[in-house]
Amino acid sequence: MEQTDLGLWGVPLAILGGAIRVSTPFIFVSLGEAITERSGRINLGLEGVLVFGAMTAYAVAVLTGSPWLGVLAASASGACFGLFHGWICKFPKVNDIAIGIALMLLGSGLAFFFGKPFIQPSAPDLPAIPFGLWSNSSQVQAALNINILFLIGAALAVFLWWAFKNTRAGLIVRVVGDSSDAARAMGINPNTVRLLATAIGSALAAIGGAYLSLYYPGSWNEGISSGQGLMAVALVIFARWNPLGCFAAALLFGGAGALGPALQSVGVTQGYYLFYAAPYILTLLIMIATSSPGRALAGAPGVLSITK
Amino acid sequence: MLNGREKKAVGVETIGMTMRFGAFTALDDVSLKVPAGSFHALLGENGAGKSTLVKCMMGFYRATSGDMLVEGREVKIASPKDASALGLGMVYQHFTLVQSLTSAENLVISREGVPRVIDWRKERADLARFMETMPFELPLDVPVSTLAAGEKQKLEIVKQLYLGRSFLVLDEPTSVLTPGEAQEVLGFVRAMTVAGDVTVLMISHKFPEVKAFADDFTVLRKGKVTGTGRVAEHDRKVMAAMMIGDQPIATLDSRAPVTRDARPVLTVRTLKAPDRTGLKTIEIQDLSVRSGEIVGIAGISGNGQKEFLEVLAGQRQRDAGEVLVKGAPYRASRVEAQTLNVRFIPEEPLRNACAPKMTVAENMSFRNFDLDTSGKPVNWINGRVIKAFAAGLVEQFKVKTASLSSPIESLSGGNVQRAVLARELTGDVDLLIVSNPCFGLDFSAVAEIRARIMEARNAGAAVLLMSEDLDELLELSDRIFVMSDGALVYETPIAMASVQTIGEHMAGHH
Repeated sequence: MEQTDLGLWGVPLAILGGAIRVSTPFIFVSLGEAITERSGRINLGLEGVLVFGAMTAYAVAVLTGSPWLGVLAASASGACFGLFHGWICKFPKVNDIAIGIALMLLGSGLAFFFGKPFIQPSAPDLPAIPFGLWSNSSQVQAALNINILFLIGAALAVFLWWAFKNTRAGLIVRVVGDSSDAARAMGINPNTVRLLATAIGSALAAIGGAYLSLYYPGSWNEGISSGQGLMAVALVIFARWNPLGCFAAALLFGGAGALGPALQSVGVTQGYYLFYAAPYILTLLIMIATSSPGRALAGAPGVLSITK
Repeated sequence: MLNGREKKAVGVETIGMTMRFGAFTALDDVSLKVPAGSFHALLGENGAGKSTLVKCMMGFYRATSGDMLVEGREVKIASPKDASALGLGMVYQHFTLVQSLTSAENLVISREGVPRVIDWRKERADLARFMETMPFELPLDVPVSTLAAGEKQKLEIVKQLYLGRSFLVLDEPTSVLTPGEAQEVLGFVRAMTVAGDVTVLMISHKFPEVKAFADDFTVLRKGKVTGTGRVAEHDRKVMAAMMIGDQPIATLDSRAPVTRDARPVLTVRTLKAPDRTGLKTIEIQDLSVRSGEIVGIAGISGNGQKEFLEVLAGQRQRDAGEVLVKGAPYRASRVEAQTLNVRFIPEEPLRNACAPKMTVAENMSFRNFDLDTSGKPVNWINGRVIKAFAAGLVEQFKVKTASLSSPIESLSGGNVQRAVLARELTGDVDLLIVSNPCFGLDFSAVAEIRARIMEARNAGAAVLLMSEDLDELLELSDRIFVMSDGALVYETPIAMASVQTIGEHMAGHH
């Protein structure tokens, strides 16, 4: 195959490819957290759930040879963590943020403990769809080789956006998130709704972890997460609890994260590592630009403890 | 499903309703008859048992003894679900709407048997058909949080009708409404009862609205019925006597004359600040309040009074202009408030002037907890001194609290207001800024709080009073300003004040 050099055009292309690759875990974690927070709870433990999900997925994939079974097992383990969080938080005077932090450490710790034997063996990767086959440039092909989880995440974002408006379950989650009293007056038990919302949210976060160990970077080790679970919580606030916003924010964040490697690939050697900080700087700038001292956060669920 | 207009009003009756909480009898043999299609007012002071009675009727409490009849048949109501199955519904004093949902979403999610996936085209058509039978329009597609208080209250009532209720309990429905909104909402409810669509039992302690809208009334005092009858056949005084019994009502001090050369205490010049939306600005050109006078500011809520007050209280940034207290620039810092003797009684005191979870004693010592008796800062805070200080004020201002160490949020609205009043009116007061001090309080509390404000004025304080209650302003003020669209548009001394002219300026015809 003939190689064409795209020159500087390689940078935006690499950013696009990188955005899709890097953003997938953010999409799943932030969508999961959006569901949980819309129901009025914060689960900061998603970082731990993500790491445990990565380990579970990898281990099951190694043992069974099927990456999809790994994803399934990861989401089941995530749901267990979510149920645990939701169950503890239903007791009075329990703070969801504190429990979340404890869960974050517990999840990572358990993952390292059970994951030790799986650092060496290699697991089958999740499949990707090569949308770039039409081109004879290897860079285009690399960028457009899109993994299936990304597509599922995109579809999920659209579905959740629709579901929050058009389904009974979506409206009930919003009611519970806005006012526990209003929910009780309607005969809804807020704790049950929050329990389920936390479980579903954690299951999604664990799928984000499965993506890390089974696709990109595609191996299991203790440093597999670089804080995606925590950053995703910030993304949800930045996206104003809107699933489509979460998707866009995750892509933006992924794209900014791909800036460093992309510049490096075209031969920028001076200070490129500064660009590795781009996503964090970007988040800070957007947060500052979109916030105001005189206005409350629009769209924030009423019973969320950070907005009280 | 949308059978709110097909079902006809039902009559409801309680017989010998008694409710005991331990040794305390909250309701004592209360019999109440509300015939179908009538508008019945339930009167009584705070703590008279009105809420307990309706909670028993709606199934929130299980009455110790007594029966309930609906359409003359005896019914057992063990839970709110039973009540709604019989078509009994309640509109609470505090809104139960979900703020972030739209009106349409609120209505649809509250009804029974919502399908798993909501077909909005069908629901919208149903809602439109239902709303055609209502005498007013409501915006259905905006979040409830953006509605005005009057619209929210109407939506609460519409929701009950949408759910097919034929007997409604309204718990002080006008306490969060402006006079205009109250007229409109009650007029609508009245029309519904006249048409025989619904029966209404309204808890209230406002005589004008009871006189204007209700057919019959029942008065409760200390859990007992002290009077009942046709509204038309009883005048206000008789009803008030049934409500408060023979306890004395605080009367206003006579007004000491304002001295001609009284010095201005508060001066506001060319003040500019953004309003809540950030889209408009409020502008106060020139306002001064002199020692020994009460200056009232009238206006319909949402015309910038709240923002003006927030600027004075230091809760809101100002863009330009100056605020002087006794000639010194005032930026609402604690030190300035202490040296210039500025005191502040904001509306919703629990939110704006208290730390709800701190104790009554702590809240009452916010002004001076870190000072010794001579006004010097202390290094160690003495809990005993704070308690002794608070105990004195609780006694003097008749604050009803279980203990000085209870969190202040456990007090009733009137007692929170008394506690704040006690804190703000103790010591030297040169400037007192007050906003809606009697919002949602009962008869005797209102009289007492107004008397205290008048007392402070007569002692030489300059008082700036903002209120949405025109009667209150006319009763207390020496001069009245009208605020409209973020500016002071009209000024009148009390002697020349006419409700007509003030009302016109409030409505923006100037």
